[in-house]
Amino acid sequence: MNETAAPTAAHSALSAPRRGPAQGGKAVAWMRENLFSSWWSTAVTLALAYLLIRYAASFIDWAFVKAIWSVPTGANGLPDTTSCRDNPGGACWAVIAEKHRFILFGTYPYEEHWRPMLVCCLFVGLYIVSAMRRFWNWRIVPIWLVTLTLIGILMWGGVFGLSYVPQERWGGLPITLILATFGLAFAFPLAILVALGRRSRLPAIKAICVLYVELIRGVPLISLLFMASVMFPLFLPEGMNIDKLLRAQIAIILFAGAYLAEVVRGGLQALPKGQYEAADALGLSYWKKTLLVVLPQALRIVIPPLVNTFIGFFKDTSLVLIIGIFDLLTAGKTAFMEPHWQAFGVEVYVVLGIIYFIFCFAMSKYSAGLEAELNRHRRR
Amino acid sequence: MSSASDDPRHARPAPRRSFRLSWADERVRNLVWQVLVVGLVGGFVYWLWSNTAHNLEVRRIATGFDFLGREAGLPIAESLIPYDPSMTYLRALTVGVLNTLKVALAGIVLATILGTFLGIARLSRNWLVAKLAYWYVEIVRDLPLLLQLLFWYALLQGLPGPRQALNPIEGVYLSNRGLKLPFIEWEPAHSWALVAVALGLLATLFYRRAMRARQMRDGVPRRVWPFALLAMIGAPVGVWWAMGAPFTPDVPVLRGFNFRGGVDLSPEFFALLLGLTLYTAGFIAEIVRAGILAVHQGQWEAAQALGLPRGKVLSLVVLPQALRVIIPPMTSQFLNITKNSSLAVAIGYQDIVSIANTTLNQTGQAIEGIAIIMLVYLSISLSISLFMNWYNAKIALVER
Repeated sequence: MNETAAPTAAHSALSAPRRGPAQGGKAVAWMRENLFSSWWSTAVTLALAYLLIRYAASFIDWAFVKAIWSVPTGANGLPDTTSCRDNPGGACWAVIAEKHRFILFGTYPYEEHWRPMLVCCLFVGLYIVSAMRRFWNWRIVPIWLVTLTLIGILMWGGVFGLSYVPQERWGGLPITLILATFGLAFAFPLAILVALGRRSRLPAIKAICVLYVELIRGVPLISLLFMASVMFPLFLPEGMNIDKLLRAQIAIILFAGAYLAEVVRGGLQALPKGQYEAADALGLSYWKKTLLVVLPQALRIVIPPLVNTFIGFFKDTSLVLIIGIFDLLTAGKTAFMEPHWQAFGVEVYVVLGIIYFIFCFAMSKYSAGLEAELNRHRRR
Repeated sequence: MSSASDDPRHARPAPRRSFRLSWADERVRNLVWQVLVVGLVGGFVYWLWSNTAHNLEVRRIATGFDFLGREAGLPIAESLIPYDPSMTYLRALTVGVLNTLKVALAGIVLATILGTFLGIARLSRNWLVAKLAYWYVEIVRDLPLLLQLLFWYALLQGLPGPRQALNPIEGVYLSNRGLKLPFIEWEPAHSWALVAVALGLLATLFYRRAMRARQMRDGVPRRVWPFALLAMIGAPVGVWWAMGAPFTPDVPVLRGFNFRGGVDLSPEFFALLLGLTLYTAGFIAEIVRAGILAVHQGQWEAAQALGLPRGKVLSLVVLPQALRVIIPPMTSQFLNITKNSSLAVAIGYQDIVSIANTTLNQTGQAIEGIAIIMLVYLSISLSISLFMNWYNAKIALVER
């Protein structure tokens, strides 16, 4: 740090500009440097600033100034949305005020909404705990097992005095979080096995793993989801049936497994060869070598790309809309199906966007911070 | 446990050890593991297969691809080749494949241009440009693509009808019927001019190779651009001129309830293209930025020390090195656009997934329908990755 700072200081002392006479001279200097450094830069800045102000102003006008926040109940007991429809220049947030419980929790029994609410909090808590480096060891496994069991009990009920809620009535945000989290929890061990298999010297095992990864990565997720919804029933023996959500969950696990396997393989390849050789030299067996030497180091390397892959799956769970599973996006899309709300899809999508953005942005910031921290030793 | 300690491999050529049927023999262990795994996987697949065969028989579902020759009877809104519902399923599926390729190709080109631009903008010294590009990338990458597609589609449907269409530039109309663009009346002269452009490109490549070879011999650099200009622009314009220089603008005009003339982008196609392009451009921007940053600062400095002007520093030193970092992740983005175009089914653009889905609903032959979808995507994915691997190998660093 010190040896790089010294020349810079000397350099800036030599060519330091004279201090501006007025207050805020620093701000002016900063603007000169970063906004108006040349005539070309100035022109771009002015043009962009004009566009930005113009569009930001019209957005604020739409979203706040002209917006309608609630509508009265009409004569037939339904909300009367004429005021919204006569106001095309402004947003109609009344649709959110009216439908937010439905968007978040779908058709879950209304008086039991605290349960999916608590489930969402548990999921967020689980993410936060998993993000802490203090828990990056064996302790993370029981934490996940306990939390996921608790979530299952809360959603289904039927024990401890909780009323039973069939799975068909679940919906909204909990479904999105369940698909993403359970998907990761099951896909991750699968991915590790496949990644190890792909690096294996045994040709038959290697061939199976390569085939699996390349097949899955070559087709879109939708085709797997279609397969789950129309072909899985044919795969099972007569009389045996698994419900739609579980089928979609299996498709997501298979899909995620292939992508995560490639990420893990990246970590296995990035590990210096000396580590493998040293473990061999100690006479460790394959599984001891893998579990004690290789995986702890390889997985640490790939945590940032793993988080990025997880963001991808979190977004991709929205695709279950196409096979009619009631996740957050489907609930939002259904919320404005009624004729009197039909014109206000954009408002609903904006709110859904904010929810998805909060989750994904938090994860991507975390991943970026982690990457910087893990790479600290590589910088001068 | 491991035989590594007494392994004589490194000391002298290994003598052929006799095959002992013991767990201590690595070969035995390897064989057992492989037989076990293959047996499990094979058994599982066989179990699924026999269940499926049994179920198909019980439910009296026909198998095989005979349905491809039957009349489809499904209407398709937009098609690159002549099509009507009385044609076969095979024809309908071909239309679907072409629609997928159309949106994927357009998306790849547009997203690459926009993404490169944004990636460079993120490194701009202008604070406002860099910040705007940063927030664009951040927002676009953190929202599900399906949500973005539905949003654009809802927004397009909320637009006024053709009579009150938005008209940002003369001849361009945006309404709930989609986007109308002006074009020219296509004549043979235009096709021949395009052929001339292709030939010119080919000739330029050969010319450049020949000039490079000469430079290798005598060390004198030769200019290629005058020849390129002549071959790729001069010759086509000449062809077009010689054939009578036809030029009739074809501007969309409002007739009754809709527009006539011009090029027509349906709302479904436009929303899908817009969504795919804006979404993927965010990812491509990050790839381009990472690629440029991956070129070591010393390379810039060394090139400048040699006295190269800024443009040549970029084109001769920085970009060729950045490209090596950029190409592999770029390939997966191109594959992603192609695979993501399957989301078309959610907004009603009739791509291969949408048409195959209708087909399997009409015929009840789910397995064949899904097999067709997977086959189409696998072959597209394979072609793109083969091409990009070839290109990647061509520009790869030549090492020892």
